[in-house]
Amino acid sequence: MTKTPRYWRENQSRYNMIGARCTNCGKMYFPARAMCIECGRKSLGKMEKFKFSGKGSVFSVTTVHEAHEQYDFLKPYTLALIELDEGGKILGQIIDCEPEEIKIGMRVKSTFRKLGEEGKSGTIYYGYKFTKE
Amino acid sequence: MRRVAIIGAGMTEFGELWDQSFRDMGIRAGFEALNDANLTSEQIDALYVGNMSAGRFIEQEHVAALIADYAGFAKNNTPSTRVEAGGASGALAIREAFMSVASGLHDIVVVGGAEKMTDISDEEVNAIQSSAADQEWETIFGATYPSLFALMAARHMHEYGTTREMLSAVAAKNHKHGSMNPKAQFRREIKPEDVSKSPMISSPLRMLDCAPISDGAAAVVMCPLDMAKKFTDRPVEILTTAMASDSLALNQRRSITEMAATKIAAKKAYNRTGLKPSDIDLAEVHDNFTITEIMAVEDLGFAPKGSGGKFTLEGKTTVGGEIPVNTSGGLKARGDPIGATGVAQIIEIVQQLRGDAGKRQVPDAKIGLTHNVGGTGSTVIIHILGVPQ
Amino acid sequence: MDVGIVSYGAYVPRYRIAPAEIGRIWGLDGAGLGRGLMVEAKSVPSPDEDVATISVEAARYALRRCRVSPQKIGAIYVGSESHPYTVKPTGTIVAEAIEATPALTVADYEFACKAGTAAIQTCMGLVKSGMIEYGLAIGSDTSQGAPGDPLEFTASAGGAAFLIGSKEIIARIDHTVSYTTDTPDFWRREGQVYPSHGGRFTGEPAYFKHIISCSKMLFERTGTKPTDFKYAVFHQPNGKFPLRVAKQLGFSDEQVKTGLLTPKIGNTYSGAVPLGLSAILDEAKPGDRIFVVSYGSGAGSDGFDITVTDAIEQYERSAAPTVKEILSNFKLLDYGTYAKFRGKILLGGE
Repeated sequence: MTKTPRYWRENQSRYNMIGARCTNCGKMYFPARAMCIECGRKSLGKMEKFKFSGKGSVFSVTTVHEAHEQYDFLKPYTLALIELDEGGKILGQIIDCEPEEIKIGMRVKSTFRKLGEEGKSGTIYYGYKFTKE
Repeated sequence: MRRVAIIGAGMTEFGELWDQSFRDMGIRAGFEALNDANLTSEQIDALYVGNMSAGRFIEQEHVAALIADYAGFAKNNTPSTRVEAGGASGALAIREAFMSVASGLHDIVVVGGAEKMTDISDEEVNAIQSSAADQEWETIFGATYPSLFALMAARHMHEYGTTREMLSAVAAKNHKHGSMNPKAQFRREIKPEDVSKSPMISSPLRMLDCAPISDGAAAVVMCPLDMAKKFTDRPVEILTTAMASDSLALNQRRSITEMAATKIAAKKAYNRTGLKPSDIDLAEVHDNFTITEIMAVEDLGFAPKGSGGKFTLEGKTTVGGEIPVNTSGGLKARGDPIGATGVAQIIEIVQQLRGDAGKRQVPDAKIGLTHNVGGTGSTVIIHILGVPQ
Repeated sequence: MDVGIVSYGAYVPRYRIAPAEIGRIWGLDGAGLGRGLMVEAKSVPSPDEDVATISVEAARYALRRCRVSPQKIGAIYVGSESHPYTVKPTGTIVAEAIEATPALTVADYEFACKAGTAAIQTCMGLVKSGMIEYGLAIGSDTSQGAPGDPLEFTASAGGAAFLIGSKEIIARIDHTVSYTTDTPDFWRREGQVYPSHGGRFTGEPAYFKHIISCSKMLFERTGTKPTDFKYAVFHQPNGKFPLRVAKQLGFSDEQVKTGLLTPKIGNTYSGAVPLGLSAILDEAKPGDRIFVVSYGSGAGSDGFDITVTDAIEQYERSAAPTVKEILSNFKLLDYGTYAKFRGKILLGGE
């Protein structure tokens, strides 16, 4: 069963961390929203594309030992809530470092990795993961 | 709005019910509730069903019609509604039914919750559970349902010094309670050390920090309070229903060491009833993970912010303590067939308020609270029940 | 019009496996084989890496070091023999991930280990003809060797990207020549997981003949001799061949040293010469002349005469990690983990 359009639609966001910025109040959102939560209807048509730097710090972290089938190859892997420098938080894996090294507050930056694939004959989908800065 | 009472309750035992299909469970719970209320299906005006994901668990949608049919309501062409709110589907069914009776639209309503989770592999169950979280921005990045609660636990430990011991105390307590509940999935006690040493699921949460995969169904019958005496001499009143929503994904929350939706729904519930947290005699809260109970105990106002773990460790939430929590065994020991949980929580309060809780009876219980969560706190539904004055 | 490298970026995965560890599983003297091939370790991609992710990292590093807007890139060519898809280009994934879409042309290249240098030549042509302003040429691979086969000791992963243009060039490519014949020394048929090779046939009639012939063509075209060059980089399937061919051509070990990475990371196939060239550009000074000859089985060699310009002094190389910096952070694996990462284990339900 292929979900190709659903993955393809978010390529810009997942490849390049392009979110949105409310030109009314300046708040930044990732992923992009059509409307600012603070400004409501005043922000309709006033949201502009905003590319996040991908830099931030670890807000909370967990090492996943029991994973969905897809991610069996990577377990145990580390999942974290990252507080982005521009504001807001994002969920992502932290890779290329040992779980013990990762502490709340650690600086990270985004990188480009395979997120998964739809089986051996389906499409591969890519997106951001994080490494130590 | 009319006052609403529960006049009957019934549930299957929760567990791995290999011999019972989704339909079998639904019928059993429904009939037990009807018998308890001394009613026949002809007297029922409407049916509400809470179910999270029959479509993926058993490839069956339109389960409201299914239950109505197999429970004997379809022959009376009774209207039947299925509602879904992730883990809070059961409480949502209760809420919708309550509103239909309170508004005067219906008189006698059956509310059921059911979930059949063991007909598929554990891997598929895990995938379905995570669909209550954000598929596009959490699951696709490798988040499992437990990992999201693990992130909350890790942050709670960081901000408030909550310890591994405190998490284990929640699970051990709930097993102790469950050992006194004949319908519970797990009826053996466990030691806190057992929890602390169980296999790691997603740090810091271990296997015994997590509610099990379960099958089960639970049902109650509701009617206007002034009609209740016709059917039972021990009606239990639903004093209020309160609900709040929050962002789907954890990363959009203002804080991940509390569920804002719990606090807001609780405030509404307390305001509407004029009650305070200290007026609550017992509570059934959503312990899908031990950390969820710790946060609930804080968010509901029972323990000061950040000290839910200490509160538990000190025995304050054990039967006999200041505010017994999850006397049924909670999701952890009683079991968590997702759509049925919210209704089972109501049933525990009903039994306690009727004085029918046997060994786990809270003496003199007059007011009880239920707390049911959907997703990682995107939906919270609270009900307060009381012995009618 | 001058044409050359405007910017470059390199990437090598963090994991490694040592020849001794591979030999241990297959009952071979891995350490001895390693010494014979002059390979201390080879790089291994993580399960979430592939040629697309390696290419994107290298391309992003290249763009970070210069001020060129990705929208000005008119062409992207990714050369590899381990593209993630057999049909569906890697280049478009790179294009999207560096925000170069939609006004550009893209195609994937394949020519064993010289697909990356072929991409450089194509970009040169498109820039020189005025068809595009900038072109991105990438050589990257996550090559595999059959378990227990000599190739398993060296087939590794890595890649580098070169932004080719005519303005603000840091390394001018003054000449390029190629020597190509139909020589089946190493191949992989459609549907096969692992390549096959002609054993000793891959040496003299293949690697050496093409590199030497191409090098001679390059000396002739440019009127030069080995001592005119500061650096030389050759294709490096192991640590020994490039040293031998260098010697045969009259280059010293010193000239080849900087661009010789195989001893540390194995043979990165289409990434090999691009990575070697990147390592050279990491330390090269204005006026340094670089002799580059790649080799791809099948067979062919692309040769380049490159001279570093003054612009390299202002080049923001520190905006991305150097090859040395990338190689300094590594983790050794055991064979089991390596086999799991490389999909060599039969899984349930297959």
